[in-house]
Amino acid sequence: MLVVAKNISKKFMGTKVLDNVSLTINGGDRIAMMGPNGAGKTTLVRAILGFYHIDSGEISVNGFDPVKKRVDVLKNISFIPQLPPPVKLSIEELLMYVERSSGVSKEKIFEESSKMDLDLKSHIKKPFFKLSGGMKQKLLIAIALSKKSSLLIFDEPTANLDPKGREKFYELLTEIDTECSTLFITHRLDEIEGLVNRKIYMDLGKVTEDEKI
Amino acid sequence: MKNLFLIAYLDVKESLRSKWFYVYSVVFGGLMALFFIAGVSDSVVMGFTGLSRMLLIFIQVTIIILPIFILITTVKSISGDRESNVLEYMLSFPVSLKDYYWGKMLGRFLTVFLPVFLPVFLALLLGVVFGLFKGGDLPWRMVFLYSSFLFSLSFVFLGLAFFLSTIVKSTDVALGSSFVVWIIMLAFIDIALMGLMLQNRISDEVIITIAMLNPIEVFRIGAISLFDPELTVIGPVAYYLLDTLGSNLLIIYAIVYPIVIGLILAYFGYIAFRKKDLL
Ligand SMILES: Nc1ncnc2c1ncn2[C@@H]1O[C@H](COP(=O)(O)OP(=O)(O)O)[C@@H](O)[C@H]1O
Ligand SMILES: [Mg+2]
Repeated sequence: MLVVAKNISKKFMGTKVLDNVSLTINGGDRIAMMGPNGAGKTTLVRAILGFYHIDSGEISVNGFDPVKKRVDVLKNISFIPQLPPPVKLSIEELLMYVERSSGVSKEKIFEESSKMDLDLKSHIKKPFFKLSGGMKQKLLIAIALSKKSSLLIFDEPTANLDPKGREKFYELLTEIDTECSTLFITHRLDEIEGLVNRKIYMDLGKVTEDEKI
Repeated sequence: MKNLFLIAYLDVKESLRSKWFYVYSVVFGGLMALFFIAGVSDSVVMGFTGLSRMLLIFIQVTIIILPIFILITTVKSISGDRESNVLEYMLSFPVSLKDYYWGKMLGRFLTVFLPVFLPVFLALLLGVVFGLFKGGDLPWRMVFLYSSFLFSLSFVFLGLAFFLSTIVKSTDVALGSSFVVWIIMLAFIDIALMGLMLQNRISDEVIITIAMLNPIEVFRIGAISLFDPELTVIGPVAYYLLDTLGSNLLIIYAIVYPIVIGLILAYFGYIAFRKKDLL
């Protein structure tokens, strides 16, 4: 079992954003996570990534506590945030950060990028935040896919892509190692239906549905 | 540790591209260069007094500009990244919080110091050349001690900025609170303290203590005591201090105290970074 979350709760300023959530993610799970805005999806993902100190319950990823052992946990997770962050580093510097911190080779990232028709080499000196929305998203995806992880987490990864970009993205996803588990937060189940084998629905801080498909 | 240097390096590269860095470098570096070039050449030509006069003006300017520059540019370092979700992305990679926090701190430290100390070195070089041609001695001790005071003053505000940057959730609040701290410290330098003393309502010990706790005042007293050992220009509080501590102890205090406070604040910031939610 990759991720085990047991009865976790998290409050922000008095409101329960995660309400006694339990969830396990196994190797090979390909999950589509859905639910209205504010349901707590992003918060759950951030808790798994060790960004939050949860109020009660337990989380372990590959047996490690994400807060206390963040390096061990994050070695094996690739994450794409909901919106591309306005990183001021140039592409070159960002790739250096990824390469040094996570042991991903630049060549691999170039390779993944060109599969999405993203020509990195001609933008290498540009600050990341100056790329177009679609280019940013593609680069984040390329980095995530290049990193050798046992869990890929995508928080609404295609929100900024044009239809063609989305198509390419899904094409790439079919290449992901079947050993690798994935968690997509998405509003478009129809688009990834063929790619997932499990469906989780969240509302008001609770998991309301969890079924295999 | 290797990630610490990586993060510091990338932070420096990022700062070197930003507008604030150029404004800061031009303003502060320019001032430093002006001061040292004018002061050093004056002191060679006219002896010690030339340097002293420049130093006095420069100390006043430094007291106002250096802290606020450091606060404004640094206080956004972590809180800004948190607000813009840059922190969420950067910290989704396997780097320890220790490497991240201290790496950021080291990076800012270097960017803040470069514009301060590069001109010092240039001016010193110039001074040496001048000295060779015209004869006369450079006030080495003074330059060295003065640079140490600058280092300490910068360090305490760097620590303060990192502390505020981590404990406060939004950039606006971080910026606002750093302004408040700065204004309070400025208000409690000698002039205000003298006013308090004259009113006779607060005991002298309290006033002296306030003066000794305020890093800006400590810098001021230390710097001025370098060239005016009688401290005639800055009033009774400083005079009292010099009288009780003696000039060597005062100089050591002015170097060590701000660094210690800076380290403590930075460390509290680190604890908050680890113990509180990152986002
Ligand atoms: N860091 C935070 N501080 C305060 N409130 C937060 C924070 N993060 C999320 N929330 C609140 O928690 C709720 C759930 O947010 P989120 O997990 O982002 O929902 P979703 O991703 O399902 O749309 C929202 O009402 C949001 O305003
Ligand atoms: Mg969300």
